[in-house]
Amino acid sequence: MTTNELSRRTFLLRAGTGISAAWVSAHWPALLSAATHARQAAKAAAPPKFEFFTPDQVVEIDAITARIIPTDDTAGAREAGVVYFIDRALVTFDTENQKTYREGLPELRARVTEMFPAVSKFSAATPEEQDEILHSFDENTNSARRPRRASPGAQDFFETLRQHTIAGFLIDPDYAGNNSGAGWKVIGREREHMFQSPFGYYDKDYVGWQPATKDANKS
Amino acid sequence: MRSDLPKYKTSDEVDFVIIGSGAAGGILAKELSTNGFRVVVLEQGPYLTESDFSHNEIEILAQDKLTNHPKLQPNTFRKTPDEKAKPQRALVYGRCVGGTSVHFTANFWRFHEIDFIERSKIGAIAGTTFTDWPITYADIEPYYTKVEWEIGVSGLAGASPFDPPRSKPYPMPPLPVKSSGVIFERAANKLGWHPFPAPMAILSQPRPGRSACINCGFCLAFGCEVGAKSSSLATAVRMAEKTGRCEIRPNSYVHRIETDANGRAVGAVYFDEQRNTHLQKAKAVVVCANGAETPRLLLLSPNKQFPNGLANSSGFVGKNLMLNSGAISMGVFEHPLNDYKGFAVSRIFHDFYELDAQKVGFYGGGGIDARFDMTPIGFAMGGLPPDTPRWGKGFKAALSHNFTRTMEIFCHGTSLPLENNSFSLDPDLKDAWGLPALRLTYKDHPDDLKLVNWLNVRAQELLEAAGAEKKWSYPAQEQQFAVHLLGTCRMGNDPKTSVINADHRTHDVKNLFLCDGSSLVTSGRGQPTMTIEALAFRAADRITALAKRGELSA
Repeated sequence: MTTNELSRRTFLLRAGTGISAAWVSAHWPALLSAATHARQAAKAAAPPKFEFFTPDQVVEIDAITARIIPTDDTAGAREAGVVYFIDRALVTFDTENQKTYREGLPELRARVTEMFPAVSKFSAATPEEQDEILHSFDENTNSARRPRRASPGAQDFFETLRQHTIAGFLIDPDYAGNNSGAGWKVIGREREHMFQSPFGYYDKDYVGWQPATKDANKS
Repeated sequence: MRSDLPKYKTSDEVDFVIIGSGAAGGILAKELSTNGFRVVVLEQGPYLTESDFSHNEIEILAQDKLTNHPKLQPNTFRKTPDEKAKPQRALVYGRCVGGTSVHFTANFWRFHEIDFIERSKIGAIAGTTFTDWPITYADIEPYYTKVEWEIGVSGLAGASPFDPPRSKPYPMPPLPVKSSGVIFERAANKLGWHPFPAPMAILSQPRPGRSACINCGFCLAFGCEVGAKSSSLATAVRMAEKTGRCEIRPNSYVHRIETDANGRAVGAVYFDEQRNTHLQKAKAVVVCANGAETPRLLLLSPNKQFPNGLANSSGFVGKNLMLNSGAISMGVFEHPLNDYKGFAVSRIFHDFYELDAQKVGFYGGGGIDARFDMTPIGFAMGGLPPDTPRWGKGFKAALSHNFTRTMEIFCHGTSLPLENNSFSLDPDLKDAWGLPALRLTYKDHPDDLKLVNWLNVRAQELLEAAGAEKKWSYPAQEQQFAVHLLGTCRMGNDPKTSVINADHRTHDVKNLFLCDGSSLVTSGRGQPTMTIEALAFRAADRITALAKRGELSA
């Protein structure tokens, strides 16, 4: 069940348009424990121990998530503690994707050196170089920006990481992850548990329902 | 669980065993126990209540907490019967006490007169099994009213000039309008259409033990933690338990209906939570397991008399599946709508409920609503315009700008019944209990797709008239995933072309009744639950009358 797939035909109708609901759908459950972990990690004075990533990998993954949802005048994936969320995910609900990361990270390292011989690792590249490297992995990037075709495994790696990053950024902050509600602040979602009408700009001056002026033509 | 609730032994021959506690099963349990019968409801999912629900989207959706689980109960799909079906998730339904009504959107339109008699009006449609119902709108009208008053539906009677006649107004006013509803209403009025407040099975005023909607925004796909959504859990199941004659038995996965040498149903065989097998004995069996699991259960219960599935002399069990057609347009507006607050739908129109096939060139009709039903992660994955970058600065900027400014226009429409479209038993794939998995075979009738794409053009016109700063649409595609599960054990007078009669009694087995989406003869225009519940109220009356005449006894 996904947020939307969660059943909705809405979701399914969109699924054909490239929405990758399947991942969220398959993993909703465990997202929770990973998110809780991410939140605790962000709160704790000493960060919790990473259980899947090595310290070097943490730096790399953190750097990638920071390009997927960058920090500008508002918080990005880094402030939301996304790397903690992903580490947790890979040892709990999404162990199936350990392989994706295990194979994807070395390919990333090789790609960095291939594209920018002077740069030793992703996190050491400039933001512009980093984006160029990621575009080379992203199957959905238009071809002008994708200098070479990534191997299928590398495409999976990037897409998985992209979805993990989004989930870790936007998970409900009241219960889990999304440190300090950073992601919700970015999208403008208030953290109240209940709301009253009027809700938005267009309904605030609504005068009440009136029958349409024209008569219905039932023919 | 309360200690004063009855606990029947499986060896007690109760009056009725009901399989499924959703929209239909809950109401049948309430009605039959109220009428003095001893009832056991076997529900395959857990008994969750309001305290198990929360605003935590992950926790609620977690591991399909409220729905069928794709790993425990895998499915297969194929487009046509000559293909080998491939494993893929093919349907979703509520798997908990209250069934799908726990997490549904709660759109509660009535069907119109035309839905019951359309075949007679427009004639046969080649290649389909399109036919009239054995009952009319007038037969079911009192039961629609019963649903509105007893279960709780908010709305405004007489607001749509296309509405069918009604014997009573709604019991409570419509829910507040959302910004999406105001935008929709103004634009539709401009175009000469007739928008009206959406009838919703969500309380706009409190009822005993239930809060009015608090607009929390976690509605579609979630269980309501304040009982405002009129699920069977919040309504009929509670009322059934109050009679002191109804036992709701959760975690009970029925996989066979047992019959005796005389061909009568004697009870339901199920796995309990520890996968021990039991037979709950009953004088009559009522299957309300939904339009996928009801035919599956019959197909899992062949006997000497019915080697192709119980009550399947017609061969129609599982066939004539209709999913309803659908398409979506989306718009982004200049100012925040904040449509993430509240329930999904506040305005709708029915101007295209009955299109003239001669003029448009295809059969069908539908309804169009204004909604926003997305939670944050789903929105980030699927709610942004198709030309948005998928990551990086541009992605974040779109997410930040659009989340509060986006609305959806949802087009709902008819599906024609086709014999090839079906739920059946997969010959190879098994579920976690070793039972054959559900196999979905489905290919939309071309008219169904033409219809919703036509409606979607109207939706685009509406967004244009509304002054959307950006709009796009998702055209209808051939469906591979089932949510509305309709027509698979259809009602009819002819035992050769239907599975149940107008009393919901199977033509073949005198003390076996079926009532849920499988009973529907036509698909309506997209929102079936209201009709499923009205049918359940009516079925309860018919079954009670039969029982009182002694027709269910051996």
